[in-house]
Amino acid sequence: MSEGATNLPRSRWLLVHAGAVFAFLYLPIAVLILYSFNGQGVGGFPPRNLTLDWYRILFADEPIWDAVLNSLQVAFAAMVIALALGVPAALALDRAQFPGKALFRRLVLLPLILPGIITGLSLLMLFNVTGTKLSLMTIVLGHGTALISVATTEVFAGLQKLDRRQEEASLDLGATYWQTFWRITVPNLKLSIIGAALLIFTLSMDEIAVSFFLIGRDNTLPLEIWGRLRRGITPEINAVSTIIFVFSLVTIVFWYRLRVRSEGGADVGMELLETSEGSAK
Amino acid sequence: MGHPTGPWTEKRLMVSPTTPAPAVTASIQSAAKPTLLSIRNVAKTFGRNAVLRNVSLEIAEGEFLTILGESGSGKTTLLRIVAGFETATSGELWMGDERLDRQPPYRRRVNTVFQSYALFPHLTVEQNVGYGLRVAKRPAAEIAQRVADALDKVKMTAHAKAKPSKISGGQQQRVALARALVNRPRLLLLDEPLSALDANLRRQMQVELKSLQREVGIAFVFVTHDQEEAMVMSDRIALLRSGELEQVATPREIYSRPATAYVAQFIGHTNLLKGDVRGGVVRGGSLSWATSLPDGPALFSLRPEHVRLAGTGGPPGLVRTRGRVLHQAFHGATELIRVECADDLVLVMRTASGGGALHEVDLEFSAADAVLVRESPERN
Repeated sequence: MSEGATNLPRSRWLLVHAGAVFAFLYLPIAVLILYSFNGQGVGGFPPRNLTLDWYRILFADEPIWDAVLNSLQVAFAAMVIALALGVPAALALDRAQFPGKALFRRLVLLPLILPGIITGLSLLMLFNVTGTKLSLMTIVLGHGTALISVATTEVFAGLQKLDRRQEEASLDLGATYWQTFWRITVPNLKLSIIGAALLIFTLSMDEIAVSFFLIGRDNTLPLEIWGRLRRGITPEINAVSTIIFVFSLVTIVFWYRLRVRSEGGADVGMELLETSEGSAK
Repeated sequence: MGHPTGPWTEKRLMVSPTTPAPAVTASIQSAAKPTLLSIRNVAKTFGRNAVLRNVSLEIAEGEFLTILGESGSGKTTLLRIVAGFETATSGELWMGDERLDRQPPYRRRVNTVFQSYALFPHLTVEQNVGYGLRVAKRPAAEIAQRVADALDKVKMTAHAKAKPSKISGGQQQRVALARALVNRPRLLLLDEPLSALDANLRRQMQVELKSLQREVGIAFVFVTHDQEEAMVMSDRIALLRSGELEQVATPREIYSRPATAYVAQFIGHTNLLKGDVRGGVVRGGSLSWATSLPDGPALFSLRPEHVRLAGTGGPPGLVRTRGRVLHQAFHGATELIRVECADDLVLVMRTASGGGALHEVDLEFSAADAVLVRESPERN
């Protein structure tokens, strides 16, 4: 793929351009991490008096940890709901023939495109009409339904790559449809499902728009941070963001390792990562 | 295979030095053996497209039957109907007194070797082979024993712990065979299993597959588009054309007594001679010979090897003609020579190589070698 490119004279400007793009992408994150160790607070350049104080303050900050716990609970519950509804939808789209299938496919994907404000507002109206008290549960329902499309698209992509002859071979060897599903289909979709789960979890963790409309008394982490920012920025926020960043990074690396290890299996949804790796070589 | 008391008899059979002339005995055997599977008037349409029309076929216990046909002839569809992956639009399948086509694929004592092998990528070779037995909840010790026997039979013991992606195509093929045979099916279906292999490996697998089939004694239904492969391996060949059976016969029979012009041309080379019978004499262009056929048009198939360079004198009853050599194609031991005779008649003859270049030749053939065939009407 890159053979043709290596023969071309390398442009210096290309390097500069690439450097600029990377700086644009990652400099803010680097600054955020750096300032979480800044003894001078959020002001001052360059950062001075490196310290772990902000982390110390953070670990003693009860409301932040409550919010983290809330967010984890919401993300986990939303993930379960989205998978429970999204995986069967993907199966139906891949295998079943039913009237209105094309419409169904578009409707399932719609929440992905809809602005969060619309999803949030419409759910808020629904809960108002039904008299449901806003709480973490309403946020779970909001995230869960909005993210079904993520589960469906990811698992559907996996199903498209699955060799149907394998399922036929399983039936041929005496396994019932149900046994075939659990022994052949699901293991082949394992990576799509894990991928979808991680993606849903992450999206739910930093979701603001839908949560904003459906929030009850308990805050999720993004809303807690947002609330504090209105009262002024503190490096404590940088510290919690740094922790989230590291956590996300570890998750992605973990997922990628898992993918590489199951060589030859269904390769799902990670073309982007793969291409970026290929071009880096 | 892997039967507690089996291996000894099987081994003795395998090393038996006197293998009788296969085709002849096989045809006698298959005629004598009881019917295993009976395909009755099976038809299949996809939308408006008729893929199979009224196919009826009996498969005998222990026979090697090949379904031969061009791509699009419906051969794979027929196989998938027997396996249970497709439902026939009409018609029935019977195995003994059991109606097979009403059973789901997992209740049929039929196993399949897929063209793409369809090994499970997330399981090892060993786990692949043991899949059917595990699903059937056989005791662990029995599974281990039978899997080991099956892998031994296809010489894949060394790769038992490997994942399918780590072994070659030929090896995957063997694993697919072992995975199917370990369940002791009554019938094994093979969907062009050799088509992905290169020519040498392919010839080697043809021989191995045939001897494996004799050894296990299970009926094989083998689908291929390769007429040579069909001739080499089969007890009987069922030739399918546009969803209809043209002829079902032993390889020798189908070669020497083709039923239709299509069969004669599909299997080997042939000369098709158009003739007219009048008063006990066939006339086709400049050729003519005596016959007992009734009056009317007739079509004959004459194999190139039955056409010879005319000797001097010779016995009576030989049809003679003279022509100009158009083309001489070297085929190793033999060569094919195209000869243009009078009235635009082109005859292809096969002779032993080494005769040198030919120009004008005298040809002769025995009228008895011109086999009457039916016209094959256009379909689709």
